Amino acid sequence: MQDNQWQPSASIETLKLRAAVFAKIRQFFAERAVLEVDVPVLSKKAVSDPFIDAMDVSYRHYPEDVSQQYYLQSSPEYAMKRLLAAGSGCIYQMGKVFRNGEAGRRHNPEFTMLEWYRVAFDERGLMDEVAALISAVTDIKTFRRISYQQAFKDYLAVDINGASDRELAEIMRRQVEVSGDYDRDGWLNLLMSHCIEPQLQGAVFIYNYPASQAALARVKEDRHGNAVAARFELFIDGVELANGYHELTDSREQQRRFEKDQSQRKALNFPVRPLETRLVSALEHGLPDCAGVALGVDRLLMLALTKSSISEVLPFDFARA
Amino acid sequence: MSYSANQLKNGLKVIIDGDPCAMQQVEFVKPGKGQAFTRVKMRNLLTGRVWERTFKSNESLEAADVVERDMEYLYTDGEMFHFMVPVTFEQYAVELSAVGDSVKWLKDNTQCIITLWNDRAIVVTPPNFVELEVAETDPGLKGDTAQGGSKPATLSTGAVVRVPLFIEQGEILKIDTRTGDYVSRA
Repeated sequence: MQDNQWQPSASIETLKLRAAVFAKIRQFFAERAVLEVDVPVLSKKAVSDPFIDAMDVSYRHYPEDVSQQYYLQSSPEYAMKRLLAAGSGCIYQMGKVFRNGEAGRRHNPEFTMLEWYRVAFDERGLMDEVAALISAVTDIKTFRRISYQQAFKDYLAVDINGASDRELAEIMRRQVEVSGDYDRDGWLNLLMSHCIEPQLQGAVFIYNYPASQAALARVKEDRHGNAVAARFELFIDGVELANGYHELTDSREQQRRFEKDQSQRKALNFPVRPLETRLVSALEHGLPDCAGVALGVDRLLMLALTKSSISEVLPFDFARA
Repeated sequence: MSYSANQLKNGLKVIIDGDPCAMQQVEFVKPGKGQAFTRVKMRNLLTGRVWERTFKSNESLEAADVVERDMEYLYTDGEMFHFMVPVTFEQYAVELSAVGDSVKWLKDNTQCIITLWNDRAIVVTPPNFVELEVAETDPGLKGDTAQGGSKPATLSTGAVVRVPLFIEQGEILKIDTRTGDYVSRA
């Protein structure tokens, strides 16, 4: 280990700007009467999404006790929705979340997520508010909106509704050598991350994701009659910054999606963790019609301060943690 | 020994399609929803080809047993080039294909870096600067030390470099092997 490992990875000056951005974000929500909450980071249940790997934590009643498995949360989504179902009204949380294996120039396994829920908003209304927040903390004032389908037409000249999996694979392999095989969503994700995102200049909302990538968004019909997810993502200069949904409120559909994730985990030989059945119960009780979004605060700071690596905006990055 | 793709780092050497390759640029790519990829720019150490490939982050890659050693160039028997590890006196016979373009900078006792893959020499890297004698060049122009202009000179190893007009046959010159440019009189 080098001698300078005790030192922070961000400069003290950057950390002062980081604190100022935190303050601005809290002010933004205070002005809108959105309540700050701090739900647990530790839970008995883990995220169902097969491609997000929660970190395990051992809990013991006394030091030599048999340990119980807990999980560090990869997002406060489940607990925040339980609050919404209990009548909290509009809420936000800004805090640490944890994801195994996610380390790189734009990823740190522990990072700061801002997540908020607006009752009676749909994804379009929430996109407006995301833009307002970004404008409040950066110089960015213009935001473009383009549907997922249109992005593939504009940047890759392909209509994803007509294209077969093989055609998508061929377009991808023409651009970058890819080892292994993927399912349809895998190819779409590769094309999006390798071929479209780098071409996205400025701030761009991509909306109407494929229904197969709905996660916890409701599914609706677009104006061509195709089933799409009421989901959006915000990219700024090609960097994925936020992901939002018009939230699924149907408890039975929620249960089905959990089971689907779980069987995909089994098929991929990934760890199968306990599902958050209390979210299903909360939806049964009644989740108000709402839209929610999660935003990576460290990446927002990278943009605002023009830093190329996430470690430059963190007090101590993962290598120094 | 093997690595998963998301353990790749710059400089790491792994076997790709049977050849040893060095990682030059490694990017972790993770769509918010969807599986993680590792996008890599790498160099094939046998062919020198540089290209990009994307792996699944959990894809397993075999580590390449590649080491670099300082060795001294001894001689060529016309077919193989012979190098020696100064400390141990171990000798390695290197094929011309591995010596490549470096052949034009090799004179006896030149200290080189030899890249070994499974103990077989695959790349010869000459020192950044070498000092070589001018074997042949047009006569120098007296007093023309300040003027521009250049002429070709053949060095003792056979390499041809552009040199200033005032350089004479028999002089020792300092050459940058990375660019093939004349630097100064030695």
